[in-house]
Amino acid sequence: MTTTATRIGAGARSDAEQRVDVNRAAASRRRWASARTWVQAAIIVIWCLLPFYWMVVTSFRDVGYTFDTAFWPTHVTLDNYVTALSTHWGNHLGRALLNSLIIGVSVTVVSLVIGVFASYALARVEFRFKGIVLGVIMGASMFPGVALLTPLFQLFTNIGWMGTYQALIIPEISFALPLTVYTLTSFLREMPWDLEEAARIDGCTSAQAFRKVILPLAAPAVFTTAILAFIASWNEFLISSQLSSDATQPVTVAIASFTGSLPHQVPYTAIMAAGTIVTVPLVVLVLILQRRIVAGLTAGGVKG
Amino acid sequence: MKASRRPLLVAGFAVIAATALTLSGCSGNGGSSSSSGGNDRGPITYVQGKDNNNLIRPIIAEWNSAHPKEKVTFKEQSDQADQQHDDLVQHFQAKDSGYDVVAVDVIWTAEFAAKGWLQPLKGDYKLDTSKMLPATVKAGTYGGTLYTAPWVTDGGLLYYRTDLVKTPPTTWDEMMKDCSIAKAHNIGCYAGQYADYEGLTVNVAEAINSAGGTIVGDDGKTPTLDTPEAKKGLQTLVDAFKDGNIPQEALTYQEEEGRQAFEAGKLLFHRNWPYIYSLASTDGSSKVKGKFAVAPLPGIDGAGASSLGGHNIAVSAYSKHKATAVDFIKFMETEKIQREAVTKASNAPALASLYSDPALNKQLPYLSTLKKSLDTAVPRPVSPFYPAITKAIEDDSFAALKGTDSVDQALSNMQKAIKTAGSGS
Amino acid sequence: MSATVSGATRGSSASPRGPRQERGGLQRAQRVRSRNALLLILPTLVLLAVVIGYPIVSAIITSFQKDAGLDPATGFFVQGGFAGFSNFTHWLLQRCPTGDGGTTACPSGNLGAQFWSATFTTFFFTVTTVVLETVIGFWMAIIMNRAFAGRSLVRTAILVPWAIPTAVTAKLWYFIFSVAGIVNAIFATKILWTSDDWPSRIAIIIIDVWKTTPFMALLILAGLQLIPGEIYEAARVDGASTWKTFWTVTLPLVRPALLVAVLFRILDALRMYDLPAIFGGGNATATWSVLVVEQMRQGPNAASALSTIVFVFIFVIAFVFVRFLGANVVQTTQAQQKGELK
Repeated sequence: MTTTATRIGAGARSDAEQRVDVNRAAASRRRWASARTWVQAAIIVIWCLLPFYWMVVTSFRDVGYTFDTAFWPTHVTLDNYVTALSTHWGNHLGRALLNSLIIGVSVTVVSLVIGVFASYALARVEFRFKGIVLGVIMGASMFPGVALLTPLFQLFTNIGWMGTYQALIIPEISFALPLTVYTLTSFLREMPWDLEEAARIDGCTSAQAFRKVILPLAAPAVFTTAILAFIASWNEFLISSQLSSDATQPVTVAIASFTGSLPHQVPYTAIMAAGTIVTVPLVVLVLILQRRIVAGLTAGGVKG
Repeated sequence: MKASRRPLLVAGFAVIAATALTLSGCSGNGGSSSSSGGNDRGPITYVQGKDNNNLIRPIIAEWNSAHPKEKVTFKEQSDQADQQHDDLVQHFQAKDSGYDVVAVDVIWTAEFAAKGWLQPLKGDYKLDTSKMLPATVKAGTYGGTLYTAPWVTDGGLLYYRTDLVKTPPTTWDEMMKDCSIAKAHNIGCYAGQYADYEGLTVNVAEAINSAGGTIVGDDGKTPTLDTPEAKKGLQTLVDAFKDGNIPQEALTYQEEEGRQAFEAGKLLFHRNWPYIYSLASTDGSSKVKGKFAVAPLPGIDGAGASSLGGHNIAVSAYSKHKATAVDFIKFMETEKIQREAVTKASNAPALASLYSDPALNKQLPYLSTLKKSLDTAVPRPVSPFYPAITKAIEDDSFAALKGTDSVDQALSNMQKAIKTAGSGS
Repeated sequence: MSATVSGATRGSSASPRGPRQERGGLQRAQRVRSRNALLLILPTLVLLAVVIGYPIVSAIITSFQKDAGLDPATGFFVQGGFAGFSNFTHWLLQRCPTGDGGTTACPSGNLGAQFWSATFTTFFFTVTTVVLETVIGFWMAIIMNRAFAGRSLVRTAILVPWAIPTAVTAKLWYFIFSVAGIVNAIFATKILWTSDDWPSRIAIIIIDVWKTTPFMALLILAGLQLIPGEIYEAARVDGASTWKTFWTVTLPLVRPALLVAVLFRILDALRMYDLPAIFGGGNATATWSVLVVEQMRQGPNAASALSTIVFVFIFVIAFVFVRFLGANVVQTTQAQQKGELK
């Protein structure tokens, strides 16, 4: 890709000697640039992972040495993981993990489907009240989330939904929707209009043109939006803590109810173990999906 | 097309608004909750925070095998007190009959009772509380009526270093004199819990009560912080911070941070709950193993007045099986179950007789000292406006401890804020 | 649920016929297009109306009712009745009832006295965190957009702060910033991160930036991916400096994605709750949402009024943002479409 681009650039000058110079200078500049990139990348990785490292170190520490500040692992034990995973005292971290996954995937899929329709209309179709519709959707992200709880609690109690999956999924979809719609709209709007046009001339219906032309082009935005929606749901605590039951509670709620064996005791080590158990699968999942995500991300733009 | 759409939208909003109106009319139904008969029996649900020591499930299993037609289901809440409170409020507001028996932090009694959410424990539902610690009964009583039954309690203890101090101080002044020992060993002298949270109210209330003051009058809402006693109480803490007898970092202490400092040997005296006794004796990192003991909290002229912690249990006004619910509470109050709570979970029992039990004293050496602390313990204000009262105490006394407000200013602010709370929103 | 989805699908299959439409039928086509567009948007609007619209309406209604007051005779709470604007003046003018019908300035220790300081705190957190997150997020996105070995490691690493559930994050950082925690140990300091005014504010900003920058970085990265590489090459060969390329090429092209990211970060930051609530610091870190929750425990109707006030404030801020910084999702589309229709 670089050579192609260089050829284009050099071609504009159409001078053979200068082309050699440019190539040589570019090579050394590239080497210097990639060193700088690595340093910066390393800073990013360290900044993001340092607190995570401390979480993992603490999670392997004997509870009697909870407040040890040695930077490396000391008093290593697996007890905290045994405690975190034990179902003996009514903790079901495994089940909670599954619940988080079920809720997260449902929220992501549904909000994307609904969101894609809405943003297609908002980005591609001219209609009246568009400004108002956009305003209303954005307005949904302006009310303090904590104040939604009581009305929703009463609503779901009245219709007998307390403790069900849908009582958690539907509010979370609504939380994810405004951002989903706005992100997708801003990206769909950037799509070249004439491509869709061409597809229609070729005899595609609007729906086909959308599916075969626009959606693949918008893949980076769709994947990014999916990650945003999933992680937002993964982190949700407030709604879940009061609308879920033992059977449907997600990990955030399960971890928050971790306790020490004595009142007032905060079992930091077991909480950190649970945090690690919850975080690692998600990271692995992302690593596995990375190929797909990257493929999706690069489909519309620069090749990596 | 457009014309037909707009009325539809308007209609939609009208429906939403109407639903909102009907729902918003649901809250606060006053005291119209006393139930009719006592023959209401059947399966019930017991709700409390996390069961840390697998204490509750076996108790419930035992009850269930004896009462197959009145089985108890256990609903476990989160570990966080605030979340437990909000969860109960949500269920009460929704008049949920699914929460029959609920564990109630002693400070919530008056609020829940005044909202009409709790079944008064009188008449058909009368309980005998004569064998319970008086302070725990007082904490469960609102307007002369018992609403919550004593279950587990908690009191403050003075932990002190036996290797540095021969006899524990019995008054605040004695303790401040001993601070020279701490200085000589280059450690902090004393600390309780002074971060801006509920624990600060506990500690400030102890200081004020120990000095002979009170926070509110008997009606549970008239503030009484304009007295010399109240001023003397808060002043002791503020002075100790100024003199360095309480280290500055105690402003960040909740229970665990204080425990950590004491276990690390950084404190000569420490006010905390009984729970740290076993941890400080067994933690691998504890530097005070075998070098500490407990004493009652020191007061101004003698023993101090501990604030009362712990949980009571109550019957929801919306329960459909109140007779079973009260029977279950009676079961929880029996000596057998109270003893089990001590042995399995180190919960301080509400039943007074257990404190002189030799076997239990052997297991928990602090028990007799704790009894002394509980004998003089004072519940935090039993007030329906407790959330506002504790907020005022926390914010204003925190400012005084930090030195941004004078003691007089802080107390006058507290006085006004509590008065405001009692006169409306 | 299934009904709305199928409805939307039907709508999409009957979507606009496009600009090939004859001139005469243009107006009718416009109407059909409008109707179909609304059908596509309907599921979104219905969901938002139920989950968010209904609580907002209900909050506005209850905010005009007094909180339950104590009947001194019985000791029970009774309905408060109509409140007029007293719940609003309680916050905006910091007026508290005296008990005999009059009002007085709210004393310290009452939540009403904290409204304007909470407003300052909220704005302060919003401005600092959003600026920092935008700058750092942009930098991260630019690095991640480059081709180098280990790029996937970086892309995975930036998800970690975000993948740790907030409930754990808060405990983790509280532990890290405790007075005897690892931060004070490393720097040999005794800073009271969890109780002094400025240290606790700074700590909360650090945590929020750590946790939420990946959100910015990912959205900006997606925007960067859409910029064709040839444009950069052309700029480079033309001798434009990196800095100049950034201002003249990258920033304008990534602007739509950036504006959406910043807008939603602002909306979220203005509603920040978890961190200050769990981290402490007292009044110095209390935001609007913290105030709402504390007030809900003292009296839900005054809390509804506060929620309504917050809603209006945020609405105005968002409106100003959209107007002046031109988060112009609407206009460009219409302009683009008109261009096509010519």
